[in-house]
Amino acid sequence: MKDVEFKILTNEPLTEDIFKMTLDGDTSSIQRPGQFINIKIPGRYLRRPISVCDWSKNSLTIIYKVVGAGTEDLSYMEPGDYITALTGLGNGYNLKKIPKNPVIAGGGVGVPPLYALAKELKNIGITPYVALGFNTKADVFYEAEFKALGVPVNVATVDGSYGAKGFVTDIIGDHDYALCCGPEPMLKAVYNVVKDGQFSFESRMGCGFGACMGCSKKTKHGFKRVCKDGPIFTMEEIIW
Amino acid sequence: MVDITTELSGIKLTNPVIPASGTFGFGQEYWDLYDLDILGSISFKGTTVEERFGNELPRIAECSQGMINSVGLQNPGMDTVIKEEIPKLAKHFHKPLVANISGFSIPEYVKLAEAMSEVPEVGILEVNVSCPNVHGGGMAFGTSCENVSEVTREIKKVSKKPVYIKLSPNVTDIVSIAKAAEDAGADGLSLINTLLGMRIDIKRRQPVIHNKMGGFSGPAIFPVAVRMVYQVSKAVKVPVIGMGGISGAQDVIEMMMAGASAVEIGAANLVDPMACKKIIEDLPHVMEELNIDKLSDIIGCVE
Repeated sequence: MKDVEFKILTNEPLTEDIFKMTLDGDTSSIQRPGQFINIKIPGRYLRRPISVCDWSKNSLTIIYKVVGAGTEDLSYMEPGDYITALTGLGNGYNLKKIPKNPVIAGGGVGVPPLYALAKELKNIGITPYVALGFNTKADVFYEAEFKALGVPVNVATVDGSYGAKGFVTDIIGDHDYALCCGPEPMLKAVYNVVKDGQFSFESRMGCGFGACMGCSKKTKHGFKRVCKDGPIFTMEEIIW
Repeated sequence: MVDITTELSGIKLTNPVIPASGTFGFGQEYWDLYDLDILGSISFKGTTVEERFGNELPRIAECSQGMINSVGLQNPGMDTVIKEEIPKLAKHFHKPLVANISGFSIPEYVKLAEAMSEVPEVGILEVNVSCPNVHGGGMAFGTSCENVSEVTREIKKVSKKPVYIKLSPNVTDIVSIAKAAEDAGADGLSLINTLLGMRIDIKRRQPVIHNKMGGFSGPAIFPVAVRMVYQVSKAVKVPVIGMGGISGAQDVIEMMMAGASAVEIGAANLVDPMACKKIIEDLPHVMEELNIDKLSDIIGCVE
């Protein structure tokens, strides 16, 4: 974990309420896809945990949804402004445990961390199949970016206005191993149709680094903290 | 060189800064970030007889200049704390600890006090009679003079270490509760615990946290804490550990002028894991600006 000051390079909407922000600063504590940063937004007391979409040595991309006053403030920040964030939080996906033919399954604002995951998998010679789910056509983002990685991508929308009609589970085919991030009902639906996998959970956090016990979760291996022991949990440890 | 040392019941502290229970775990999240030995002491995570998961989620809500939590004393239980957590912490922190304990009955408080006061690393027992997040215990003990008296008296019979009672601000008259604890033999007092608060998600028309209500902490409660520390310290002779919304060295000075002999830092650790270190480093500079040579001289200096 590192407390880092970042300069905002860009902050643009991808859809009506999803924003992409690129940041310039020290990313050395980010080790694995699926980790997150906890952003101090001026005037707001608690930090806002946002997953890392992509990173390189000195730059970082996050994609966030405006869901409340804090993320709304974030959406008004401009290139050249500075923010600070605790970086390198959470466990991230364990790349060593992934078999040859995994499906990456993302829903809504759960999609961003899966981009860095797909990129890392390509780097180690695994080509994942990517299944993305959204509510409607206007909510769809990052399909082209995934395709540009050279991985097969399929999109489903609940109302059928784009791609297949239905949920992510309708387009994941017969893949046995899932790498998943999205709202909890979606995680559970995927959990029920695959044999193994890694699932990223959301939680309302206090500190984001394991101190406050605000985001505890019961697992088959005892009480875990979503922020520190997670947010990624393996299929065999999850209790719904 | 200014003197930042202070004292609690004969225990010398190199400085008055103590991370508050429930915001510092058993030190593990912090010992990689800075040398814990710079701290005056550490009040570790509130410990109960049995392991507890605590309350259902969500347990956290944000407020202007503060937060509400309803964690509900999640901890691994007394035996694990003594056998595993304290020995691990003792490798990184070599001064007397503040053992924060919480029971659901008088016999539980007694059991905890007996066990914790035998632990060599423990310097002070901080008895939580004021947790707003557990039913049938915690705050129920801390809101009447009779209960506070009884729990204090029974713990004092068995404890080999100084006993500090941690008081709830959610009472009509905190001074009478403080006096009841002192009269029953308390060696000191810790205050304030969190204020009972609530937030509502106006889009969903539902409370933000599952338990509806929880403990409100952070800078927003600092004036309430200063007021209560002032009132209580004027009315009792035993030392007071002051806490509630402290976020900088100036707040430490203010809390000590109100009557605190030492301070605990809570929510500030959660938004800035380096908060205690920064406060300890700032303290001598703020003292110099205010022409304070010896920190203990200002304790309760405000009439």
